[in-house]
Amino acid sequence: MRVLGIETSCDDTSVALYDTDGGVAANLLSSQVDLHGVFGGVVPELASRAHLVNLLPMVDLLLKREQIGLGDLGGVAVTAGPGLLGALLVGLSTAKAICFAADLPLVGVHHLEGHILANALTADLVLPATVLIVSGGHTEVVHMPEIGVYERLGGTLDDAAGEAFDKTAKLLGLPYPGGPHIDAAAKGGVPGRFRFPRPLAADQRIVFSFSGLKTAVRTVVEELPRPLDDQTIADVCFEAQEAIVDVLCQRLFQAARLKRARAVYLAGGVAANGRLRERVAAEAAKRGLHFVAPERVYCTDNAAMIAYAGSCHLAAGRRDALSLDSFARAPLASWRPSPAS
Amino acid sequence: MDPGHAVPAAASFPAGVETTGPGETFGLGERAAALLRGGEVLLLHGGLGAGKTCFVQGLCRGLGVTAEVVSPTFTLVNTYEGRLRVHHLDFYRIESPADLPDIGVPDLLDEVEDGGAVLVAEWPGPLLAALGPLPRLEFLATAGGGPSSRRWHLRGQPEPAAAWRALFSGGDPAC
Repeated sequence: MRVLGIETSCDDTSVALYDTDGGVAANLLSSQVDLHGVFGGVVPELASRAHLVNLLPMVDLLLKREQIGLGDLGGVAVTAGPGLLGALLVGLSTAKAICFAADLPLVGVHHLEGHILANALTADLVLPATVLIVSGGHTEVVHMPEIGVYERLGGTLDDAAGEAFDKTAKLLGLPYPGGPHIDAAAKGGVPGRFRFPRPLAADQRIVFSFSGLKTAVRTVVEELPRPLDDQTIADVCFEAQEAIVDVLCQRLFQAARLKRARAVYLAGGVAANGRLRERVAAEAAKRGLHFVAPERVYCTDNAAMIAYAGSCHLAAGRRDALSLDSFARAPLASWRPSPAS
Repeated sequence: MDPGHAVPAAASFPAGVETTGPGETFGLGERAAALLRGGEVLLLHGGLGAGKTCFVQGLCRGLGVTAEVVSPTFTLVNTYEGRLRVHHLDFYRIESPADLPDIGVPDLLDEVEDGGAVLVAEWPGPLLAALGPLPRLEFLATAGGGPSSRRWHLRGQPEPAAAWRALFSGGDPAC
């Protein structure tokens, strides 16, 4: 069965096709497709207006490339939330229209479920698993006994991990988005020159706090001679990254132990961070837990993960009514009854 | 700093009140909440790590919000329910006022004008033009005496009420 996936909850417009027999057949992102050629106009920069302009040409492009029609689809999966309502509505309304016109089942997917299940696009899932979702807007630990059952174990009390990376980069004068720049610069960093706090280390709950890191980095940077030399920037990046990765790892494995997970996974944009992947891989190996780092293209926002999640819903006989509504905020809810423990 | 992340000069604000750390910044927000009646627009200025989100966490606690109050930098708008509804916005990632309708700002401002909600904005630069003549309270957090200390300044349009001025000049709020 082929499932069309639509994702408009974030900055990029994305459409994808997942085939239950062959995997991801296509995964298009507006930032990577030359849309000027497709609709011959200026591409607007932002959110719902951009999604509105991008989406239909991208769906057309995908169908044309794959040489299929709407009748070849088994269903349409769309991000229903969380996100900006205006942006979400563009994707949801388009998905509904396609389903209504071609008489296809519609499935609304929670954006975070998409990120979690993106791991299945890289390797078969090993369950039960504990998942760390880390991005610009999210830092959460979720336990997944099976697909469709999600238990939120905790999250950040202030800033998300991705935001901590971006704002640390800003304080060092590195470009936006800062995560990849810190990751790269930290590789040349010498450990031990600076030290940043690991807040809440003694707290027994699954909680994170990254807001204090900004002040800590700023205090260090303000005392350094200007302009900052590359080695100093690398050294600050290294220790800031260690501080973030340390607490992420600690909480992930604390949660995995608590839930007796067989596997741990990473999800979201920060899951592309090299140091985080390295540390989680080493720690998982030490504890005998399964871990495969997700392909980087499936860490950031994409419609392939939504199409795949939708295929899981459809395989379980789930579909949504055409009256489905988008939502700005809602916790990730289970859609399957919890397995008896 | 680039124009989108400009912070107004402290000289354009009254002297302000000092907090010694995040705990006191939270407490200041909590006490400020007692002065809110609904319909206020609060603009929060200050650099990275100034404590803007911490102040809003205190403000929300003071309004009886039980949900976790987190940074809206990436989500752009977080809405909380307490004694009053709070729309917590952050324009850090927003460059142009043309993006405000996409974020739903006109609807949020309508709701605030009707008195049912409070709008709190961090990095409010792009929002200023959209406010028109709407009354607003403007807060600026600057560095204090120690690394964790901050000085909180308040100005307003029109001039803030006496209780607000008292709270942000180190005196006791009249409440």
